[in-house]
Amino acid sequence: MTEGSPEQMYVIIAGAGKVGWNLARELIAKDREVTLIESDHRRFRVVAEELEHCVQYGDATELWVLERAGIQRADLVIAVTGDDEDNILICQVAKEKYGCERIVARVNNPRNLDHFKTLGVQPAVSATDLILRLIEHEVPEYGLVQLLALEEEHLEIIELEVGAGAEAAGRTVSEVALPEGSLIISVLREGHGFVPRADSEIRAGDQVLLILDPGLESEVTPRFAPVGSKVSAGR
Amino acid sequence: MFILIVGAGRVGSALAKRALDAGHEVSVLDEDPLSHERLDKDQSISWEDAGGRFTVGTALEIDGLIEAGIEQADVFMAATSGDNTNLVIAQLAQRRFKVPRVVVRVADPGRAAWYAEQGLHTICPTQHAIDEAEQVVLRT
Repeated sequence: MTEGSPEQMYVIIAGAGKVGWNLARELIAKDREVTLIESDHRRFRVVAEELEHCVQYGDATELWVLERAGIQRADLVIAVTGDDEDNILICQVAKEKYGCERIVARVNNPRNLDHFKTLGVQPAVSATDLILRLIEHEVPEYGLVQLLALEEEHLEIIELEVGAGAEAAGRTVSEVALPEGSLIISVLREGHGFVPRADSEIRAGDQVLLILDPGLESEVTPRFAPVGSKVSAGR
Repeated sequence: MFILIVGAGRVGSALAKRALDAGHEVSVLDEDPLSHERLDKDQSISWEDAGGRFTVGTALEIDGLIEAGIEQADVFMAATSGDNTNLVIAQLAQRRFKVPRVVVRVADPGRAAWYAEQGLHTICPTQHAIDEAEQVVLRT
């Protein structure tokens, strides 16, 4: 980053999803110069309605698209597409080909975190990891410090919606028969989240966050969503 | 040699069959179980009976790569339909698993050229098509 006023800082963001779009908004509000790159044409048009010339249409993994966005003079490149491969390559090229010193990459699937490290793409930010840290911060007595350490050994966090009529709906946490190696860590209800206790009731419509050993999804999922289960992290 | 090919598309499966015919040990990884059909196509016996290996798995999952034998591989070929996937797994094969020879298919000429400069053996079908078309189209 160039020293001096923030106006001199030029940021390229790849991926105009929820994360990229909001990031661009925030940075523009802070008087940073921003270019957002989006490869989906429909999404591009929606976002361009608001951000106008700050958005460019194209695949940010292609070198000419990055060059058109002015990567040579970028102080910071942020890759927040929904594809981990894309995020890795965008940051790798930004750093190694164009000499951009500051990069930030988003990790969609926590299992890919090692790949980012192996290929020198740091820092790599995983939403799963952030949620874990947040929980650890809020409820240290919950014993999640150990869980964080185990995360390096490929623990997963999954989010499930409790379907109507699901086995877990209307039961307390302690009544839900979960396999060894899985734990409910958070319940989101009507926009609010809380860390449940053994006697907290799980209701239909809740979003439940669980931490578990890889491979237990198929055992865990049926308890919450007999139909139309949804796994939003850990793929 | 032990050859691991990721991606059983037209290129991957054809290469796998040739390598097996040439007497090499061949393992193929693809996320689509049905891609196995390409390996059996036009063959008198099945891929496995002919001595080939086939693993179903996503290219980025380390477990799948290990199951497919990446740790023993002498040659690694990344031939999925995605340039970015190919470039990432090829680099993992090189840096993490130290596979002696790594070959990667990249459709985009720009990235193929740059990653070749970085030490990857890239094959760019698009560039071949452009060069050949140029020869034929511009022939006087």
